[in-house]
Amino acid sequence: MNDFPWLTLLIVVPLVGAVVTAFLPRARGSALPKQVGLAFSGLTLVLAAVMATSYATDGGMQLEEQHSWISAAGVHYALGLDGLGLLMVLLTVVLVPIVLVASWADADQGSPHAFVGWVLALEAMSLAVFTATDVFLFYVVFEATLIPAYFLIGGFGRPGRSRAAVKFLIYQLVGGLVMLASVIGLYAVSSDAGTPSYLLSDLKSLDIGTQTERWLFLGFFVAFAIKAPMFPVHTWLADTTEKATTGTSVLLVCVLDKIGTFGMLRYCLGLFPGASQWATPVVVVLALVSIVYGAFVAIGQDDVLRLIGLTSLSHFGFIVLGIFVFSTQGGSGAVLYMVNHGMGTALLFLIAGFMIRRSGTTLISEMRGIEKVTPVLAGVFLVAGLAGAGLPGLAPFVSEMLVLISAFNHAWWAGAVAVTAIVLAAIYMLWMYQRTMTGPTPTPVAVEGAPDLGRREMGVVAPLLLGLVLFGFFPMPLLNVINPYVESTLAEVGVTDEPSVVPVSDPVPAGSVEGGQE
Amino acid sequence: MNLTDMSLSVFAADAGHVPVLDPTPASGAFTLLWLIIALPLAGAAILLLGGRATDRWGHLLGTATVLGSFVVSLTLFISLLGRGAEDREISQHLYTWFQAGTLDVGMDLLYDPLSALFLLLITGVGSLIHIYSIGYMAHDERRRRFFAYLNLFVAAMLMLVLAENYVGVFLGWEGVGLASYLLIGFWQYRPSAAAAAKKAFVMNRVGDMGLSLAIALMFVTFGTTSFVAISAVSGEASQNTLTALGLLLLLAACGKSAQVPLQAWLLDAMEGPTPVSALIHAATMVTAGVYLVTRSNFIYELAPDAQTAVVVVAVVTLLWGAILGCAKDDIKKALAGSTMSQIGYMMLAAGLGAAGYALAIFHLLMHGFFKADMFLGAGSVMHAMDDDVNMRHYGALRRAVPVTFITFAMGYLAIIGIPPFSGFWSKDKIIETALADNWVVGLFALLGAGITAFYMTRLMLMTFFGEKRWAEGVHPHESPKVMTVPLMVLAALSLLGGVMLIGDWIVDFLAPVVGEPPHEELAVPPIVVSLIALAVVAVGVTIAWMIFGRRPIPREAPQEVSFVTRAARADLYGDAINDGLVVVPGHAVATGLTTMDDVVVDGAVEGGSLAVAGLGQTLRKVQNGYVRSYALSLLGGALLVVAALLAVNLA
Repeated sequence: MNDFPWLTLLIVVPLVGAVVTAFLPRARGSALPKQVGLAFSGLTLVLAAVMATSYATDGGMQLEEQHSWISAAGVHYALGLDGLGLLMVLLTVVLVPIVLVASWADADQGSPHAFVGWVLALEAMSLAVFTATDVFLFYVVFEATLIPAYFLIGGFGRPGRSRAAVKFLIYQLVGGLVMLASVIGLYAVSSDAGTPSYLLSDLKSLDIGTQTERWLFLGFFVAFAIKAPMFPVHTWLADTTEKATTGTSVLLVCVLDKIGTFGMLRYCLGLFPGASQWATPVVVVLALVSIVYGAFVAIGQDDVLRLIGLTSLSHFGFIVLGIFVFSTQGGSGAVLYMVNHGMGTALLFLIAGFMIRRSGTTLISEMRGIEKVTPVLAGVFLVAGLAGAGLPGLAPFVSEMLVLISAFNHAWWAGAVAVTAIVLAAIYMLWMYQRTMTGPTPTPVAVEGAPDLGRREMGVVAPLLLGLVLFGFFPMPLLNVINPYVESTLAEVGVTDEPSVVPVSDPVPAGSVEGGQE
Repeated sequence: MNLTDMSLSVFAADAGHVPVLDPTPASGAFTLLWLIIALPLAGAAILLLGGRATDRWGHLLGTATVLGSFVVSLTLFISLLGRGAEDREISQHLYTWFQAGTLDVGMDLLYDPLSALFLLLITGVGSLIHIYSIGYMAHDERRRRFFAYLNLFVAAMLMLVLAENYVGVFLGWEGVGLASYLLIGFWQYRPSAAAAAKKAFVMNRVGDMGLSLAIALMFVTFGTTSFVAISAVSGEASQNTLTALGLLLLLAACGKSAQVPLQAWLLDAMEGPTPVSALIHAATMVTAGVYLVTRSNFIYELAPDAQTAVVVVAVVTLLWGAILGCAKDDIKKALAGSTMSQIGYMMLAAGLGAAGYALAIFHLLMHGFFKADMFLGAGSVMHAMDDDVNMRHYGALRRAVPVTFITFAMGYLAIIGIPPFSGFWSKDKIIETALADNWVVGLFALLGAGITAFYMTRLMLMTFFGEKRWAEGVHPHESPKVMTVPLMVLAALSLLGGVMLIGDWIVDFLAPVVGEPPHEELAVPPIVVSLIALAVVAVGVTIAWMIFGRRPIPREAPQEVSFVTRAARADLYGDAINDGLVVVPGHAVATGLTTMDDVVVDGAVEGGSLAVAGLGQTLRKVQNGYVRSYALSLLGGALLVVAALLAVNLA
């Protein structure tokens, strides 16, 4: 299946879906656009699944396509899939149909054509971001994601959403602008060295001067830090998740934000390995601040959706920490965290959305005793919360443990600061659960007929629950994809894991894969 | 301990004798090891996912899975006894849990004499408590869910004691924490229950920070988290590393085992249904800290400073818990204080090193019997008294609930240490060993025994003797057979458990794991220590009888009491200290940072955008739509260009 442009097809299918949905006949209350959209996202999911089966775990960049686009600037239309890209693609294609089903009612508050269309457009652009192997192409689609995101935030959700959308847009545009400077800078460096090229593979072999490399690194890093987000450029996050529909929030926080940490791995570490290591002390501190600060601020929230948004600040701190300690455990933990955070936070947002639909408020202080009326909803909410708090047996634990270990390996104090998150996370999750779910007199539940989770809602949460438990006990299918990617990335950066202080005679039991350490 | 140079040198000599774990792969019956965990896990899954469809038989399935685990555990135990002492360590590799670089964490199990005894305790006492709960929870409409959570607990606890590496232990460790959270908050419509559940989980997580960091330090130091691998090379790590590991593991143990300073959650945990208090907060989960210290003997034996810390924590807690037990009128809280104190004894023994590990486990097992017996007895009393827990409303119950009384009394005789009841043998040995190691520690342990006798006698007198102080409309009745039979079994075990010490059987049985105890000479023969201990107990009993046996007990707790009583009623201000040092400042930080996030961090952004908007407002005035003003700026621009050209040309 090498010659066929699979990745292009993967991007085109949701894009066509977006256009088709937009032009569907407009009948009031028609479910047609949602059904068509679901069909297109399902088709994308199947395509991605087929691709995943043919993916060779240690084969580097695969399914590559390359066509010259703007030859004067060395710009190509170039796509490819590596381990990191594959997992991000899979995360995206899994979450989009889930979001569409979960937003069945939310989409109707505006035009369902627009909602579904923009969701599919966002999916297409995100897939392009995760598969682009040309920096210029990446930049273009990176910025293009903002258009559907802006309309999804501004068009659907709670009052005050337009302002939140503008804030989101300005933040992201500023980041994009800074990155643009670096993208242009790359052209200058590349054309100085001979023929200009934006291809990742060409740029990697480029010899950039130390100072230039650091400036270019900063341009990319700032954009990715805003996207992720990291402290102190995070304040768009809670405002956005508070106002947007929970479906939009899932796409923003679980997919779009991953572009930040994805970009750090592929572009910061890939193109500027020296500068990345130079920046490590500052980035590690910022990541630690994000972890603790995000958790504390989450504890202080009274709005469920703001709270969940801010937990992501803490979690992205972990991901960035794992990336920038430069070890196999850290890198693998970070990538695994990206996947697990996608599942866990998506579940938390969606179940919170179901809860809010019933209680009619987003404020924790106005909810109480909901468990009594909706025990299944409460149970799922608790599992999602515990996943976010890193409970062993649920997927995020493994990634959090890997990052903690690597942080401790980097510097004991980094581990000691990061570990406080396990207490703080327990507080924000369980305190929220206590205030909303427990108590003698329940909040009146607005949904008539079926107060507890209905069949559609169960269908939404079931795959995410399954994923959380399955990858909590069997994360190796994911790690088998991640480890080769991380090992080759670290080899490119030029770091090797430190050996343990006391060598154990037989450190690796038989049957496991040797790697990382030389 | 270790306060003198002499005892330090004793430890240096011991260092060479820390046994190395050397298991053989599971074969024959031992390949069923995984089934012990899988049975209750499957039970929990079926009951939770099956929903209301399983309501009718859920409690039966839940009990059957644990009984099944008990049968398997017993079979394996017998097979284990059939093997030679050096051949009693068996490992089973299920699959690779996660792996990155050189870190390789297997879902591996280790079955050795230590875990074998735990399996019997957990599944045995667990089965009895499941059976008891069938009756106790009969009228609760969510009984099926209760059994699902109990099964989940048993599975996690079994994982904790069967895991072959620290990450596996952590899985069980947090799993029991979750089950404990769910069960303390089982009646979560009660705000106090919901708050207690959260408090327990969060305080346990403080301890879990210790276990997480210990795992990280293990990997950094040894490149693995496996018991087997670390036990072989732990001696090569630096002294500081070993001490740090010991302290981190102690922090974890303090959280799970409610040792000072992480003790405050245990009394609140009594909000849970009484079988939960018996199983989780007395017999099994809270002893996990003792297991962790004993299991990590290859660390502690080489880290005398960490062992000293264990002993200090243990002594403080055994007195702390005993003092709380003296002042509580709530029968469950009095028992909870006692649990804390008894775990203090176990920790003390574990902190004494090779001399005490086996005794710690012995006392742990005996405590599992007699404390489960008394908690379930308390549950039976509560049933009789319409769920009133205040002992001031009890009195003279020995005739109303005779079976409960007799079984409870056997637990009582065991805990205060009257021969031949089990507690006598286990506690006496700990006091003896403590005295031999360091007489100050030994005296505190002896004092604790006296206080134990006092508060337990008080509890007995207030509940079963004296006059009726029952609330109106209360008609006590004995519990059904399904509840009293487990009581009888546990009472019998409380009486007979001491047989495990005959010929030092348990010491020899555990020696391949925890090492041979060194021979420490006491200044006096052991029988003298036993007699002194009995005398101290007698004093405690007598004082209690003088105060509570001879005088009528007021139905309302007297308010004009000594400072000590007030302090003990307030849990020795444990909550006040936590509030002052952690909760209130923590809240202030959270609120402060939230405000700062809005005002300062976001303020800078919003302020920046306001400034831009202001600039726009000003610049907007230039775009006023008047042709004349545009013409003026055109002219100005043209003049500027001309001037510039002139300047360039002239230069």
